[in-house]
Amino acid sequence: MTETLSEEIREQIETVYRSDSGRILATLIRLLGDFDLAEDALHDAFTTALERWPKEGIPANPRAWLISTGRFRAIDILRRRVRFDASQGAISEQLYSETNDPAPADDESLGDDRLRLMFTCCHPALAPEARIGLTLREVCGLTTEEIARAFLIAPSTLAQRIVRGKAKIRDAGIPYQVPSAAELAERLDTVLQVIYLVFNEGYSASSGGSLTRAELSGEAIRLGRLLLGLLPEPEVMGLLGLMLLQESRRKARTSPNGELVLLDNQDRSLWNREQITEGLALIERAITSGRVGSYTLQAAIAAEHARAPEPAATDWGRIAGLYDVLCRLEPSPVVELNRAVAVAMRDGPQAGLEVIDEILARGDLDGYHLAHSARADLCRRLGRIEEARGSYQRALALTQQEPERKFLQGRLEEMERMKNETGTDSASPLKA
Amino acid sequence: MNYVCLAYEEEEKLNALSKSDWDGLRNETLSYLEELKQRGYVVAAEALQSVRAATTVRVRHGKVSLTDGPFSETKEQLGGFLIIDARDLNEAIQVASRWPSARLGSIEVRPIEQRLREDSRY
Repeated sequence: MTETLSEEIREQIETVYRSDSGRILATLIRLLGDFDLAEDALHDAFTTALERWPKEGIPANPRAWLISTGRFRAIDILRRRVRFDASQGAISEQLYSETNDPAPADDESLGDDRLRLMFTCCHPALAPEARIGLTLREVCGLTTEEIARAFLIAPSTLAQRIVRGKAKIRDAGIPYQVPSAAELAERLDTVLQVIYLVFNEGYSASSGGSLTRAELSGEAIRLGRLLLGLLPEPEVMGLLGLMLLQESRRKARTSPNGELVLLDNQDRSLWNREQITEGLALIERAITSGRVGSYTLQAAIAAEHARAPEPAATDWGRIAGLYDVLCRLEPSPVVELNRAVAVAMRDGPQAGLEVIDEILARGDLDGYHLAHSARADLCRRLGRIEEARGSYQRALALTQQEPERKFLQGRLEEMERMKNETGTDSASPLKA
Repeated sequence: MNYVCLAYEEEEKLNALSKSDWDGLRNETLSYLEELKQRGYVVAAEALQSVRAATTVRVRHGKVSLTDGPFSETKEQLGGFLIIDARDLNEAIQVASRWPSARLGSIEVRPIEQRLREDSRY
């Protein structure tokens, strides 16, 4: 009887850990002002729960119990350290006196703590790699090993980045707070950037054998949902919508043997309808807010594809129009390139090629494989086989991703065949 | 918490400013400094003379060696500094981002050590 009871309680503790440890950690970081101490305190609090809950029963508010226990455990840790370093004494006494105040542990203040934590981990004064590492570790609760494996870097490298990030937060006085209204837009941008980078890291690696990397996209979507729940800003809706629509195509994006399948050739019945419905609704909400940002625009473009039952039904006029707005809002060569592709679909390959050649002439995208493969594609459609071949080769030399390489090699072989076929009749003046 | 804001700028760029642009920058800087003083931020603020007047001192093997100029030849030179008392890095960044020369050069914001560390310095 007691055996099954304690087994049940152990399971319940595990459930609390899975659902609430992120929130509890965020609050402990705020209360203790120290990431490492908070992690130790969280661990100690759950260890104590495993010892005491089977005997004393589950407390009425497990989360508040764990926070307050974690806090006391942290004070113990600090007091033990006092023997080695006198300066810590004042800190532990200050924390102790604060502990006597009833700690607010309602859901609202706990939610605020996770939001604070996100803004701290994504602070623009931190190195971009540190932001990603800290967010996945402190907000998502992934281990250093898991993150390192997903990003294909050595755990020691990542651990060092995280240590440096935490040290800067502490030493430079990066506050643990949600930015004021005046700073919010700019600071939210770096948070969204981190989430989208995590998503793309998982999305661009959809080939076989990289399952752990694909999970990053799921993690980014979870982060997007969490952020939306805490801060329902239009751009948060836009980004979550964008990620959901891109994720909805995952199954259709690669063939069973790991080859990349372009949007045009994808089996649209494989698209995840649930994600599309949710994504479209979010984008609708973001657009009707009247404050449309770049994530919402990108999502609106993705929505045009999601709405088309077949490639021929795509409204390229609308997509080109959305790219026009995006180019004005956030001018970048990559956005211009995408606009060129939309123009080609609306007005024909010649019109698109002119825009791409203009961008390439400026030298901005010379090292970007997608610029050359897009150019190659338009040349191919115009029957300019020799030029297409040159551009596919250039694209192939610039990309490391295996599915893309396979795709480009396939295109190159096709160009060889076409060259040989046309070479026998019209295109060889020497033969005449 | 105290932060030093190190203002780096290209001396050549400043020299190239027209008289009215220079006066405008100078007046804007002085009035912003006054505002910061009144709001209780300023611990110290100084502008530096040109790096042409700088001398770099080193002691090696007990011998003093001097070189003409700043310690390193870079495009941007340290032109002045401002020490502020701010609540946290966010507040320090807000103060620094309104410093007029940030539009021409860069401001490095560095926290000042409260007390010298006992363990290794960096």
